[in-house]
Amino acid sequence: MIFLSHQTSNTNMKELYKWIPIMLITCASSSLFAQTRVSGVVKDNHGRIIRGVTISIKGSYDGGSSDSTGKFFFKCYDKGTQTIIAKSIGYKTIQQPILLSGTPISINFFLHEEINELTAVTVTAGSFEAGDKKRAATVLNSLDVVTVGGANGDITNALKTLPGAQQVGEQEGLFVRGGTGYETKQFIDGTLVANPYGASVPDIASRGRFSPFLFKGTVFSTGGYSAQYGQALSSAVILETIDLPESSQASASVSTVFMGAGLQELAKNKKSSWGVNYGYTNLALYFALVPQTPNYFHLPEFHGTDANFRIKTKGGMIKYYTTFGASNIGIRRPNIDSFSLNNAYGIINYNWYNNLSWREYLGKGWHMSFGSSFSINTDKINLQIQNKLNQRVYTNISYIDSINAAITSHQALSQIKAVFEKKLSGISAIRFGGEYWYGTVKNIVNDTNHSQTDNFAALFSEADIYLTNDLAAKIGVRSEYSSQVNQFNVAPRLSLAYKTGAHSQMSAVYGQFYQKPENNYFYYGNNYLGYVKATHYLLNYMRTTTLQTFRLEAFYKKYDNLIETPPTYRYNNNGSGYAQGIELFWRDKKSIQGLDYWVSYSYLDTKRQFDKYPSLLAPTFAAKHTASLVVKKFFTKLNTGFNFTYTYASGRPYYNFQPIGNKYIIGDEGTTKDYNTFGCSVNYLTKVKKAFVVFVGSVTNVFNSNNVYGYNYNHNGTYKAEINPPAPRFFFLGAFLSWGVDRRQDAINNNL
Amino acid sequence: MKKVLVIVSLLVATVVNAQSKFEDAMTKGLAQMKDAKLASDLTDVSSFFERVGDAEKTQWLPYYYAALSLYRSAWVDKSLDKDKVADKCNDFITKARTIENNADLYCLVQQVAILQLMVDPMSRWQTYGALAKDALANAKNADSTNPRIYYLQGMTTFNTPEAYGGGKALAKPYFQKSVDLFKTYVPKPFYPNWGQEDVVKMLEQCK
Repeated sequence: MIFLSHQTSNTNMKELYKWIPIMLITCASSSLFAQTRVSGVVKDNHGRIIRGVTISIKGSYDGGSSDSTGKFFFKCYDKGTQTIIAKSIGYKTIQQPILLSGTPISINFFLHEEINELTAVTVTAGSFEAGDKKRAATVLNSLDVVTVGGANGDITNALKTLPGAQQVGEQEGLFVRGGTGYETKQFIDGTLVANPYGASVPDIASRGRFSPFLFKGTVFSTGGYSAQYGQALSSAVILETIDLPESSQASASVSTVFMGAGLQELAKNKKSSWGVNYGYTNLALYFALVPQTPNYFHLPEFHGTDANFRIKTKGGMIKYYTTFGASNIGIRRPNIDSFSLNNAYGIINYNWYNNLSWREYLGKGWHMSFGSSFSINTDKINLQIQNKLNQRVYTNISYIDSINAAITSHQALSQIKAVFEKKLSGISAIRFGGEYWYGTVKNIVNDTNHSQTDNFAALFSEADIYLTNDLAAKIGVRSEYSSQVNQFNVAPRLSLAYKTGAHSQMSAVYGQFYQKPENNYFYYGNNYLGYVKATHYLLNYMRTTTLQTFRLEAFYKKYDNLIETPPTYRYNNNGSGYAQGIELFWRDKKSIQGLDYWVSYSYLDTKRQFDKYPSLLAPTFAAKHTASLVVKKFFTKLNTGFNFTYTYASGRPYYNFQPIGNKYIIGDEGTTKDYNTFGCSVNYLTKVKKAFVVFVGSVTNVFNSNNVYGYNYNHNGTYKAEINPPAPRFFFLGAFLSWGVDRRQDAINNNL
Repeated sequence: MKKVLVIVSLLVATVVNAQSKFEDAMTKGLAQMKDAKLASDLTDVSSFFERVGDAEKTQWLPYYYAALSLYRSAWVDKSLDKDKVADKCNDFITKARTIENNADLYCLVQQVAILQLMVDPMSRWQTYGALAKDALANAKNADSTNPRIYYLQGMTTFNTPEAYGGGKALAKPYFQKSVDLFKTYVPKPFYPNWGQEDVVKMLEQCK
């Protein structure tokens, strides 16, 4: 305008009049008119104040933004009818006409939340989701698993610190909400894992086969899970494997019980990777240093090797993982009926697991995930009655001699599964798919062949329906057919979630679950058995912020058609039961800088009539009260982390059942003493030459509590012996080394 | 003839005026950004640049500064929800990148990723650490002579404990390279021109 005024100042007044219309036109576009004051308040559809909302006049720089009280104020220089815009990320933008005339304008905006994955309510009742998708305090990632004090880097042990899981130490598996270990299944990239645990000897739990570092996400669902998963009555552990590694690296580990080495190679274009690992575990040295109660005639020995490749596709990823394990354990314990005899139990195991998965974006909102797996497992078990000179003997006492057995068990399971998902408007989605399994079990017990074959097929469909950002429903149905059971089933699942506040939500879940009975029930001509069934009802309240999680859940679970095993071997589906309880979880990474802790508590009231139980009884694997406190603190200056876990469980029931005619009666019963354990571990991170090294030291049961898992009885139930861990404590000392193959120093030099 | 001349000159005036209007806005916004003390000053600046960006539609710089000032507000006021700030920053960056894609925008992607990483470093380093690393690699592909790339790389290295492959000694060459590049760095008008003072200070800390 300065340019213009210079031009006009040299002209006389008369001349000027001629130019006025032109000047007006130009000035209008140059905004020289009187200003209009615009002010107001911005709120959301619940009447809550929103700060940081940008208010602007379309096509102009004029505008303002709402402050912490939701108010905004600005002056604008345009005139006439313009468009005013109010926008903020996560809300639907409002545009409306506004007449600017110089008189102050007051205008309020009510913005509606956009349905958005990050802010919307989620249907997660019953499950502990880990991973970064929701940004909420993740419950357990791989690093969390390895830093749970006393868990020794085992996924199952770490999950046992969450509510819903029992502290069962005499056998492997997760015993969830009154369910047996068989009722919890693990799924890797969508498909079921037939043998997730290493081979074990009686009364000693074995470790899981899979390293926590294999997975980027772990969902521990303690009930009410999606229709995509079946054949698990109580719980599903849903594991999602990692995608491409960040960089190539070589690794090695040395410890008191194992040694290992591995290589992970990332292609230069970062589109694919492959890796191999080998590990050898031998407890000979450790057992020489730390005395064990049982006498091992073959010290536990385990070879494990795995390999993988991962390929990035156009809109997805193809992943393959395979692992082969071989183990050998031989253990000798006193025979409970005769102190001059020992029971010798030897087990040789071979396991080969393969998983191939492919997920792809197909365009137009369609996603596909395809999963397949193949596994074989062989156990060679040899049970002998031996005298004190370790020679095989026969006593002519049938209940002692019948322990002698040679069992060879071959299991093979092949599965394919496909899931298609279509995103609907907003973040609603429908999902459907199917799976097919072919499984064989060949058990040869003392030359008697018990073979089972199962053709299993399932179809499922599910819809995530977001009615608003605050109200969502997940409706699903699953139908299965198993040739072994020779029955169809239809299992509906329904979840509702309602957002009660910015960070809190409530949900309600109903679901039906079916599972095939365990294979060994089908022997002795019991091939008429049907599915066992559970119905879950859950009510959940959850409050999550980025660094804190609070969760309260109440549940009721009804069991039907459980298997009863009367002494006559005519097994039936007449069992039943229930489980109900309340669980609490609190995790806080916020209150104290660098300190991460969680507390979980479970109250469980459960009874069931199944197996040998003659009436509704509290099962041996269920404690009324279970609580855990997990504390982790990392000191950055020291490069050292300290981790502590304390777990308490009230005593569990135990029984001795004696056969009378065609049923069992309770010969003896009681409750074990309370269970206490305090575990701790220390990790120290350092650099030795070019290797990054993590030193780990850990001790389980630091205070040497004498924990009793239950009792074994002699034949007539007149004598009982405690079931204890093989040693009260487990010590571990190890070093984990890794080298970036790209060598950081070279990388720097190349980059400069 | 005289009338025609005046009309032409008036039209030129309008065009020049429009041009200088953008320049005025940029000058004003950058001055406000420099003077901003409180987080709310920075969010106001961000809102201003957002409006300029929305009105102009073909300029990436207003969106760049809208994101940068908002990013800085999260460091000034630690109580702000870093994830929310980051979402908004990334929204601006995306808008800027549809207009132009360059090393400075990639650098900003890295800065925002580090902001999110800091919320919960132990469980987020895998995701956000990788994002940050990729962003700097892309920045180098776009323009390997941008001194801010090496400043940011140096900062990440500096703040990473030695046991994880960081530390002063490893950060120093990055800072040195950044300082050297700044010596010959001449930004276009209104283009990003920050970092030189910071990197000199950092280099001193490494000695």
